[in-house]
Amino acid sequence: MSDIPSNLRYTQSHEWVRDNGDGTVTIGITDHAQELLGDLVFVETPEIGASVSAGEACAVVESVKAASDIYAPVDGEIIEANADLADAPETVNTDAYEGGWIFQVKLADEDQLEALLDSEAYEAVVAEEA
Amino acid sequence: MPFIPHSETDIREMLDAIGVEQIDDLFDEIPEELRCGELSAIPEAMNEMAVDRMVRQRAAQDGDQLNFIGAGAYEHYIPAAVWQIATRGEFYSAYTPYQAEASQGTLQVIYEYQSMMTGLTGMEVSNASLYDGASALAEAILMAVRANRKSKTNRILLPATVHPAYRATAHAIVHAQGIELVEVAYDEATGTTSTEALKAFEGEDYAALVIPQPNFFGMMEDVDGLTRWAEAQGMMTIAVVNPLTLTLLRPPGEWGDNGVDIVCGDGQPLGAPLSGGGPYYGLLCTRMKLARQMPGRIVGRTTDADGRPGFVLTLQAREQHIRRSKATSNICTNQGLVVTASTIHMAMMGPQGLSQVATHSWKNTHALAQRLEQAGFSPRFKGDFFHEIAIDLGRPAQQVIEAMADHGVLAGYALGKDYPELENILLICATETKTEEDLDQYISALKASL
Repeated sequence: MSDIPSNLRYTQSHEWVRDNGDGTVTIGITDHAQELLGDLVFVETPEIGASVSAGEACAVVESVKAASDIYAPVDGEIIEANADLADAPETVNTDAYEGGWIFQVKLADEDQLEALLDSEAYEAVVAEEA
Repeated sequence: MPFIPHSETDIREMLDAIGVEQIDDLFDEIPEELRCGELSAIPEAMNEMAVDRMVRQRAAQDGDQLNFIGAGAYEHYIPAAVWQIATRGEFYSAYTPYQAEASQGTLQVIYEYQSMMTGLTGMEVSNASLYDGASALAEAILMAVRANRKSKTNRILLPATVHPAYRATAHAIVHAQGIELVEVAYDEATGTTSTEALKAFEGEDYAALVIPQPNFFGMMEDVDGLTRWAEAQGMMTIAVVNPLTLTLLRPPGEWGDNGVDIVCGDGQPLGAPLSGGGPYYGLLCTRMKLARQMPGRIVGRTTDADGRPGFVLTLQAREQHIRRSKATSNICTNQGLVVTASTIHMAMMGPQGLSQVATHSWKNTHALAQRLEQAGFSPRFKGDFFHEIAIDLGRPAQQVIEAMADHGVLAGYALGKDYPELENILLICATETKTEEDLDQYISALKASL
């Protein structure tokens, strides 16, 4: 069973979202997603300053067997990207929820967070896929 | 790897297993009106003897003429051993094998090819080749549009001095993706990309500038100036090169202050015969930081579980068979056989042999230009040229070409087809295959044709 922290929000497409409490969020892919992908060899992070809308593909994680899009869970502006992943993409495998974060977004509309899945709802998504 | 077709029995068993009467029934779901029906334009089958006779007759139509046409396809001598080796059963396949890693020899050849290309171009990474130079330019343009994050437009600056067929092919491939190719006029006097014309684009947003060297007129562009200009404008740079010339010229990886971003071109001059227009192959090289934007296959060297060296197809996760509609490109193969021959050609000739070929071609074309000048025909453009020269005949070039063909000489390429203002201009190439006598014959055929 994969790790699904209860203090985070989630999407159907397996991103996690951490509310930083200051109008920004940190985003990565879930433990379940990294397990499905296998060993990551490359993470293409979004450009800082770009504006994104919820559901838009804005990053790519590449494993030896697949390259998958990461979708922006919310509308906003990209304010930070995890530069450490350039040399150590495997951090997403080993530490999906902390060191393996991918980018941060300044929220355009804080209410959008409420629409995301909570850990229980995401657990149901994962269970359904199994 | 032998190809064993299905026997009649195999086919019958498979049809029975899925409950279908005959092969044609497999197409039942395609509505009648969408089927093309009888292929009436296709002639009846011929037997081997009849085919042999027909092909020989057609081959003889080419005659035995002295060829002075370049314009993107160049006659160079290919040692007999090259195709003798390339057509061995172990190599003789058009594609990278499907179970690629089972064919270590094929992968090693491609790896060697990539190493040779990065050496020639001064770049960090090469793919396993594309179909031809023209489609390689289109892929380079698509790469630049994807990779240039500073640019918000899908516009590319494409000089008129780039091969017209390359420009047409690039347009055909990229226009439906909303990419606009904006032409840069050439300088009337020098036949090179006009810095005057470039001024009009200063401060504008373009994803990339394409830089040909030598250009379609055979002229040497100011590649350092053009590369610096583009970089200052925040544009990426795409070099279109003849790889043979890189044995003498400074590689695109060293143009300007930081080199170009992408190099493409046609590999034909390195071991592929003219053979009526192909197959040739396209080369594509780039910087390591753009490797993931590069289409096609790349062979990498690695070690297996026991620490032994081996070769693998790498960066495949971006290809079509895995990424479907989100693949980097719809290209997911290479021009395997021609690249194999080319790699053998380069290995046999060696760096010294190839630069001798380039030098000799340069000398022959310059010697012919001198003879033409003595005969009263001047170059259309002023400046340095490599192994092609645009000559002003003072009369429509196409007519002269037709007249010279009667004297056994293929005189060159009439530029008026692509540049109406150059109707009287003939583009001529004399490679290392031409002798002093051949050059004399050119001049006498020309004089006799006026």
